[in-house]
Amino acid sequence: MPSSTTLNAESRRSFLRRNLFSTDHKMIGRQYFFLSLAAVLVGAWLSLLMRIHLVWPHAAIPFLGEIKPENYLAHLTMHGTLMVFFVLSTVPQAGFGTFFLPLQLGTQNMAFPRLSAAGFWTALTSFLVLMAAFVVPGGASGAGWTQYPPLSALASAGPGQGLGTDLWLLSIGLFCLSSLMSAVGFVATTVRHRAPGMTWMRMPLTCWSWFVTSILILLAFGILLAAVILLMLDRHAGTSFFLPGGLLISGKAIANSGGSPLLWQHLFWFFGHPEVYIAILPAMGVTSHLLSVFARKPVFGYKAMVGATLAIGALGFMVWGHHMFVSGMNPYAGFAFSTLTTAIAVPSAIKTFNWVATLYGGRIRYATPLLFSAGFVSLFITGGLTGPILAQPALDTYLHDTYFVVAHFHLIMAMAGLFAVFSATYFWFPRMFGRMMNERLGRLHFWITLFGAYAIFVPMHLLGIAGHPRRYSDLSGVQYVAAMAPLQKFITLAAIVTIAGQLIFLVNLFWSMRRGPAAETNPWECGTLEWTPASYATNEGPGEWRPQVNHGPYEYNVPGVEQDFIMQDAPAS
Amino acid sequence: MSVALRLALLFVVVGCVYLFLAQPYWFPAGASSQSGLIDHQFRIALWVFGALFVVGHLILIFVLSKKSHADRAASRGSWRLEVTWTLAITVIFFWFNISADHLWSSMMPPKKLGGQIDVEVTGAQFQWYFRYPGADGIFGRTDAQKFARPDEGNPLGIDPSDPAGRDDIFATAMIVPVGHPVQLHLRAQDVVHSLFIPAMRFKQDTVPGMEILSHFTPTKIGVYEIACAELCGIGHYRMRAVVRVVSEEEFEKWIKAQEAAAASH
Repeated sequence: MPSSTTLNAESRRSFLRRNLFSTDHKMIGRQYFFLSLAAVLVGAWLSLLMRIHLVWPHAAIPFLGEIKPENYLAHLTMHGTLMVFFVLSTVPQAGFGTFFLPLQLGTQNMAFPRLSAAGFWTALTSFLVLMAAFVVPGGASGAGWTQYPPLSALASAGPGQGLGTDLWLLSIGLFCLSSLMSAVGFVATTVRHRAPGMTWMRMPLTCWSWFVTSILILLAFGILLAAVILLMLDRHAGTSFFLPGGLLISGKAIANSGGSPLLWQHLFWFFGHPEVYIAILPAMGVTSHLLSVFARKPVFGYKAMVGATLAIGALGFMVWGHHMFVSGMNPYAGFAFSTLTTAIAVPSAIKTFNWVATLYGGRIRYATPLLFSAGFVSLFITGGLTGPILAQPALDTYLHDTYFVVAHFHLIMAMAGLFAVFSATYFWFPRMFGRMMNERLGRLHFWITLFGAYAIFVPMHLLGIAGHPRRYSDLSGVQYVAAMAPLQKFITLAAIVTIAGQLIFLVNLFWSMRRGPAAETNPWECGTLEWTPASYATNEGPGEWRPQVNHGPYEYNVPGVEQDFIMQDAPAS
Repeated sequence: MSVALRLALLFVVVGCVYLFLAQPYWFPAGASSQSGLIDHQFRIALWVFGALFVVGHLILIFVLSKKSHADRAASRGSWRLEVTWTLAITVIFFWFNISADHLWSSMMPPKKLGGQIDVEVTGAQFQWYFRYPGADGIFGRTDAQKFARPDEGNPLGIDPSDPAGRDDIFATAMIVPVGHPVQLHLRAQDVVHSLFIPAMRFKQDTVPGMEILSHFTPTKIGVYEIACAELCGIGHYRMRAVVRVVSEEEFEKWIKAQEAAAASH
């Protein structure tokens, strides 16, 4: 800890300035962390309501009563939006990234601290705007997080398609701005502010992931912002980007003409598929990082990992059409998109091989972060292997928009992503909050979540294979769907147990924040810069920290070296 | 902890494999010419990717063992290994991709379907309308905004001034003769819907402003459910209809009766 004389002007400013309107990356990172925590709680609660409504449609929920079909669709839309935007693209990147990118690169702060802060406040505003949709007339949008027009373009298309959808569009527009502001800082910090000696090939893989993800954000969120504005214009300014002529909605003729609903789908998925990698690349980075630390071994194939990250980032922009095989897109495009999608499975597999090889022969320390990282690898294998199946238009024709797809993306993006977030939380908690989390509760949380994730999502593959379409608020409308109720019940029970199990995490988190044992400087004996004693000096605000980097990020068990690991800023031997 | 984790992963693998072998819920029996091919391709996928799932997890379980191997502890990688596994997985993935693309191309609409039955399917919140062109083989022009009167038997808005529309036949179910290719003309009146006939292994979105041509050939007499597979509003879950596959004679009889009824109007 620094002495009081090293405290600079920043730290002497008012309490509000330091704790709320701070431009310090650590405070902003924590703010994003809590924003995502709020979003994940709402999102999980909504999934619980959906699961209950699906199998007990007339169950009365305390304070809410029975859930109506239109509420189901609103819950579905909000669940997807919250989880994809405010959880999976927020906490791994803007949360942990804003906190740890400067520390791991050995610099004081983000390149544009005010922009970082503005990014957070815009994200928070965006979140509040989205939440407001719950209480406006008609309720939240019910068009799904993909918001396909004309359903999303016309207020008369259903409840929630009025003000609720306007708020959705406004919220996502703001979220795009927030992500762009945040990502600019990430790129500039990585390119310009690395500590002396921190060459590209000495960057931790977490930093590589955050860097590549930021570039994806800059390219993808701009497209979504444009699409959202166009849709807003269609709704209120009389344009027809996405509305063809001749529409008749509940007996009412719509005057628009000349637009194409498929244009939205192209724009949306041109954002939407890179978005999947925006969510999962930081999770991959965290996993690579932690497997090395807890196996006490260098990352196997560091350069191959960097190459795979870049390949995934580049290919991520060329596969969006695989969401549109049955959309009415020219069927010949199916060949290109299926082949490119198969290609992106290769770098993903390379990463998996390298994770396994990193673990091989290590002196593995079975702490909670390692458990969740191993869980990530397992879920990534399970969820990933259905990808090349869905990538084939011949098979996707049948599986598209069924529970098979729901199972696929929940395992690979939601569950794997969440496991990485959990491992990162257990791992970095001591650095973020100065205390240790409880190991025993952490392990219990892991077991419940691992079995829960599999119990919920593996059976969903079978529902999809049996042809159960997704986004059904009720099982009674189609006979063969109604026949699948017993398995749906099992999934609901598994979801209730799994979500209840997350309370253990919450208790552990908040209890440890206040009462956890004080953390040592480098509790996990990790070699990257965020754990150096000198880096803690920046806790009090930007100081004079300028480490000289002499080593790679993963120097564990180096032959001929006495100690178990080498800090990146240790003197060159 | 090492043992517990490895046992847990083993349990997960065994559970998954059991579920996919026991198949408590599975494909409905196929009833179209392409269903056998798609099922075959899916079986290949299950074996290939199922095997990768099992092998991948067994390797993961193996490397999570607590035994330390000091000689391997410092390994930073091996380009030979990287190249080997990259090539191996590339061959597997692309072999599968090429075989599935081959199937996709065989499912493409041929230039001319012999003996085809034309059916127009229109999706509207929240039902499916089926229309046959009648004796002239031409669908009458429609303008839903001007002429649609669902309660007067003209939900699609067929233009009364178009003679081609006078003999058009409406049905609330898709009735088709077994063994004939069915040429679908897919349309939507309001929002995007998706015509999903699981037994035919058929799915195609219906998009407002577009007429999408698609086809399947039913091979078994029976009644098969249609579901909507694209979120279209609050009634999405009950946008159900059926395909009634009948013998050729029965179809002829039905279509004759309908044509006679249409002519008498």
